[in-house]
Formats: sequence, structure tokens, C-alpha cells
Amino acid sequence: MENILEVKKLSKKYTGFELKNISFELPKGMIMGFIGENGAGKTTTIKSILNIIGNYKGEVKIFGLDNKKNEREIKEDIGVVLDDMFFPEILLPKDINTIMKDVYKNWDSDLYFKYLRDFNLPKDKQIKTYSKGMRKKLEIATALSHHPKLLILDEPTSGLDPIARNEVIDIFQDFIQNEECGVLLSSHITSDLEHIADYITFINDGEIILSKTKDELIEQYGIVKCTESEFKKVDKQDYIKYKKTKYECELLVENKNEFKKKYNVNTIDKISLEDLMVLMVKGEK
Amino acid sequence: MEIIISNSSGVPIYEQIREQIKAKIVSNELKSGELLPSIRTLAKDLRCSVITTKNAYEELVRDGYVVTIPSKGFYVAKVNLDVAREEQLNKIESLLDTVVTLAKTNNIEKKTITEILDILYEEEK
Repeated sequence: MENILEVKKLSKKYTGFELKNISFELPKGMIMGFIGENGAGKTTTIKSILNIIGNYKGEVKIFGLDNKKNEREIKEDIGVVLDDMFFPEILLPKDINTIMKDVYKNWDSDLYFKYLRDFNLPKDKQIKTYSKGMRKKLEIATALSHHPKLLILDEPTSGLDPIARNEVIDIFQDFIQNEECGVLLSSHITSDLEHIADYITFINDGEIILSKTKDELIEQYGIVKCTESEFKKVDKQDYIKYKKTKYECELLVENKNEFKKKYNVNTIDKISLEDLMVLMVKGEK
Repeated sequence: MEIIISNSSGVPIYEQIREQIKAKIVSNELKSGELLPSIRTLAKDLRCSVITTKNAYEELVRDGYVVTIPSKGFYVAKVNLDVAREEQLNKIESLLDTVVTLAKTNNIEKKTITEILDILYEEEK
């Protein structure tokens, strides 16, 4: 399978924070959820991919092309929503259409206004009168209206209510009906990703700690719940992290079926991405 | 075509899809030669990932229930219903095996088990 996005050994150093040799790949036709706690490096990674942050080490390939050398042509085909990007507040959504027509060769005004209607966004009202959710939807509409092939979205559903999130998720699934397209989306609302993501890439403290298909994760990983005396019998290599509470021990295990075969424990729960994040970050080894 | 997905049942979603499509083929609700929805359409409609529906289809192809025609799509195969029936019988046998083991370890007679079976069959009607 061809990759639409490849990140190879990306490193970037700031005082107090470092991206450490990040690598992952997104095949065509797939949605990747990029998860991690605030400050883990999601936005830095995304901005490096887009070459907004320069002078990082490593290589980024989009559509098989180098993101720096071929920046202009690549950007024609990328739709972006960033956490902190926004248009000047005095603009009207219809002004954005006028501006973007000159920015993108493939800008599609009809499509843009269709999204505005679908999202119930009035085109003649100043953006400053928009609510947070409306602004986010406006950004998404803008990102989609030049027929991009790759969507890169930093927290696109933050600030949206469940209904609006659903609408947006539908749009992403519509988008990858074309198997030449791909979506990289960061989010800490993991329930959105649990449904639609094909791949999950998890970044913690500037490092990728896993990048796998979501199905593998959800079906193989598990949370063992046991007593402290049972926990003491478990070999260190058979769990990834553990958390002790007043009443029980929780162990994150990589393969719940193998664990079941080896140890006699009663409760192994299915994992959710949220559990996974919390145990990976807060658990002990 | 109706497919009902439970997110809390613990059964992997691709397995739920696979089993439900299989059941529809065996019961002849889906007829041989019928075109199935594409991997991407099905994923969108069921609100699951593309990899999930892909896995389900790949296993249906592997088991001979579905054939794929490149760049056209997935079609219901000519299923040998005897083979399908055989497969279901095997499943029943292994379930009954559990029942027998359980009965034997608890000294429950065969007669009691057949009585239970009779009652269950009656209820079905």
C-alpha cells in the first residue's frame, strides 16, 4: 500500500521540550488518529509536517514528495485546520471565499457555500459574532473547499458539541470514500477516533509510543483488574504499565488472550483509547 | 441489507459484520451474484473504520462466501449450502461438547439433557 504521508526520524529541540526521532506512516485511503496529552508534541509534529516550523531534523514526505522542496505543489492538495489559526475577526465568511479563490487553484466556491449552508453558518455575519463551534466549522469548511487529497487537522472537533462532532466525522468519512485521500487528525476526544480511525498513533513526551491499526489495539490490548497479591505473581514483561488504586490493581497488557492463558485472572476488560492514554501516561512500570 | 453492530458486546466489529453477512448468505437472503456494498461505503454507513470492513470482507472471501472482482467489487459467491450447513453443524457439535463435559463432571444423566433439549425446542415453536 502506498503512503500518502511519511514522517521519518523527525527531531526538534526547544528549551524544555523535544521531539525525539518521530517516525510514522499513513497509507492512502486511511484515517489516522494522532493522540497524546496536551503538550506531548502533537501540534509541533503537525506544524513540522506542514513546514510551518522550520529547522527540524528528519524527513517528511507527502504524496511521495519532500515537504520542503515541493512545498508549493504539495500545499495545493492539503487541507489544514490548526488549533490556533484563525481569520481576522472583522471578515465575513463570504470574504474568505474571495481571498481563497486567489490562494488555491482548485478553490471551489460552490462547494464552500454548500458547506456553509450545511453547517448553518451565515455568510454575511462577521466572524467575531460566531461562536467557538461555528468558527471551527468555518475552518473545516475552508479546509475542504479546494478538493484536497490530504487533510491535516489539529483538534478539529474541540469545542464542538456531540451533534456537530458527528456531522464533522461524517464529512471525514465521506472524504475518504476516495481511496486516494487520507486524513491525519489529532484529538483528545478519543471517542470520535474509536469509531472511524483506521490507525492510531500515540505520542507521549515527544516520543511515539505506538502506531498501529485501531482494530489491533482495541482487540488485543486489555486491562487486567486484579488484587495486589495476584499482581505480585505477574512477570514484569507481561504488562506494559500498572496502576494501583485503593481496591484493585489495573494492568495494561498487550495481548489479553495470551495473558489469560498464562495467568488465572477473572477480569480482563476491553480497552478504550481513553483508558489506554491514561494508563500509558499515568501508569507505572 | 441490515447489519446491527454492538459496540459493547465484546465481539470484534469485523466478526459481527462477517457473521451477519454469512448468515444472510446461508439463509439465501443475499443471493449468489449479488453485489455487496464497497468497503468504504460500508465503513461509512456502519461508522467504523475501513480496515474493519476490509477484514470482514477478506475473511468472507477466504471462507468462500464472497468473491472479489478487481476494480469492480465484492459479490456473493455461489455457496455450496451443504458446506455451509456442515460448518454450522460443526459449531453445534463443539457447543454440545461443552454441554456434555459439563454434564459429566456434575453427574447429570443424558436423559436430563435430552429433556432440556426437548423443552428448548418446544419453546422455539
